[in-house]
Amino acid sequence: MVMEIVCPAGTPAALRAAVKAGAHTIYCGFADETNARNFPGLNFSREEMADGVAFAHAKGAKVLVAINTYPRAGSESLWHAAVADAETAGADAVILADLGLLAYAANNHPNLRRHLSVQAAAANAEIINFYGEEFGVKRVVLPRVLSVPEIAAINKDTDIETEVFVFGGLCVMAEGRCSLSSYATGRSPNMNGVCSPASHVEYVEDQGALSAKLGGYTIHAVGADEPAPYPTLCKGCFSAGEKTAHLFEDPVSLNAEQLIPQLAKSGVTALKIEGRQRSRSYVAQVVKNFRAAVEAVDAGRPLPEGMLARLSEGQAVTTGAYKKTWR
Amino acid sequence: MELTVGPNQFFWKAEDWSALYDALAKAPVDRVVLGELVCSKRLPFYQDQILPALETLTAAGKQVALTSLALVTLKREIKATAALAEVGVEVEINDLTALAHLPEGAKFSVGPLVNVYNEGTLRWLAARGATRICLPPELPLASVATLARAGAEAGVEIEVWGHGRIPLAISGRCYHARLHGRIKDNCLFACEDDPDGLQVDTTDGQPFMSMNGVQTLSDSCASMAHQIEPLREAGVKALRLSPQSKGFAETCDLYRQRLNGAIDAATLAAELVRLSGGMRLSDGFLTGARGADWSGAAA
Repeated sequence: MVMEIVCPAGTPAALRAAVKAGAHTIYCGFADETNARNFPGLNFSREEMADGVAFAHAKGAKVLVAINTYPRAGSESLWHAAVADAETAGADAVILADLGLLAYAANNHPNLRRHLSVQAAAANAEIINFYGEEFGVKRVVLPRVLSVPEIAAINKDTDIETEVFVFGGLCVMAEGRCSLSSYATGRSPNMNGVCSPASHVEYVEDQGALSAKLGGYTIHAVGADEPAPYPTLCKGCFSAGEKTAHLFEDPVSLNAEQLIPQLAKSGVTALKIEGRQRSRSYVAQVVKNFRAAVEAVDAGRPLPEGMLARLSEGQAVTTGAYKKTWR
Repeated sequence: MELTVGPNQFFWKAEDWSALYDALAKAPVDRVVLGELVCSKRLPFYQDQILPALETLTAAGKQVALTSLALVTLKREIKATAALAEVGVEVEINDLTALAHLPEGAKFSVGPLVNVYNEGTLRWLAARGATRICLPPELPLASVATLARAGAEAGVEIEVWGHGRIPLAISGRCYHARLHGRIKDNCLFACEDDPDGLQVDTTDGQPFMSMNGVQTLSDSCASMAHQIEPLREAGVKALRLSPQSKGFAETCDLYRQRLNGAIDAATLAAELVRLSGGMRLSDGFLTGARGADWSGAAA
């Protein structure tokens, strides 16, 4: 079977572009703190979601709604409403992380398919099966801490579908279990759906050096004429002991295109592309390439040459934890 | 309010590990959670000392619990997690994998690395048998108060992160190994040299985080010195104190004195800084604009 390409859409225009480019499935979120890409100007109103789902369905594509932050104590109704509205909009599934919200969805919207978000960091077959038994979860997005052989072992021990990230931004930490951002800025992925938020970024020039700061902490320092990378916390340059380096991760993004044949053999159902904040042309380009790749793998042909070189140009890429030496 | 000592987050020599629990048997704490939280590779070095430590603490009248690992991926980690349920001591789950192994109806506690952000999750865990939950350190006071109310209704005691470097992230990658140009499988236990974690500074010299193998912590030492009254009012049952290599038994004693009203917040804070050799304190997750903030006077 052809592996499913699951593609991000931050806007209705990106959704349409991704569907036209050949995405099997689109994932998106409502324009509020219920989803983990809660950025200004992104995401969908209720009406846009219903229109987007109708457009995708007419073209044979599916829509998943990410409601994958952790509901705030005392305000769970906002998240409950998002689940109900996703069902009303005709979504094919919701992507959830919080135990309480999973229980709520299973009890109140039993016919709405449930996927487990990467934010739940379910990293072995036993816990994945547990989510299946407890909440009827049908698919799990695997955290980016696993090697390909470990993914294969998980798939042997579970009937629940697995989805893995293959392209785009890369969390170095186990997702949903990181509060570095709120330590520095007060705003976090789990609580606010943001990491290293732009509202807390400043670029400071001093004596020929340019510092990219987050919450007052210098994350990168470059010469004043050089482009300073965005100060994403875990990809910064820091000092420890005698060493100054990218101690956690280099400023790289994930590209696992070359691993698609191995991931297919490992029993993975779907390949996920990160980047709801990306432009529709970027999204369309990535989708076209990955669609061609999974068709080739399914037909037993070699991967198309030089697939995504242009999109990754000037930026280092990694296969992350899929290769064990990354650890 | 009770005092709980959380599991040691760091990799200590076996004799230092045992000495901690001998000292805690005499310290004014109510509850001790022990075992390996961060890295399964450390466990063989002190595993045979866990049962004696449990016996010593129990004999001294302390409640005890065994923690699960924070991130369970490898086969041996799954096995170790399953084995926890068979020890016959209360299990503190810090990865939900541990819950999957507990017999239906078994009582358990929930550690700060499980995401309990709201009443729905708290009630679901209570229905599964949770009797105590130590909340994630990043929660603000308003959430703590709401969850303490929900906990009271559901029969769950609420604990908060009271003292110690704050666990901020866990990864598949070992940063200590990376720092030394190694990979995790061949780490040569580089983290053993840093019994309180290794300080990570910005390139302009500002202390920021600390690394501890696969774990990243705050550089600052969290302290609820100034937050005892609001936490009491919120209905919080216990403070969690996280072990550090210097002066930890005295630290426990100081918090007890603060709870008893024998010393005030400023005195406690000043003593903590002295004992730890000058660590910066923080309590910003609870009441500040960001986690790193501190509501007390600057040192």
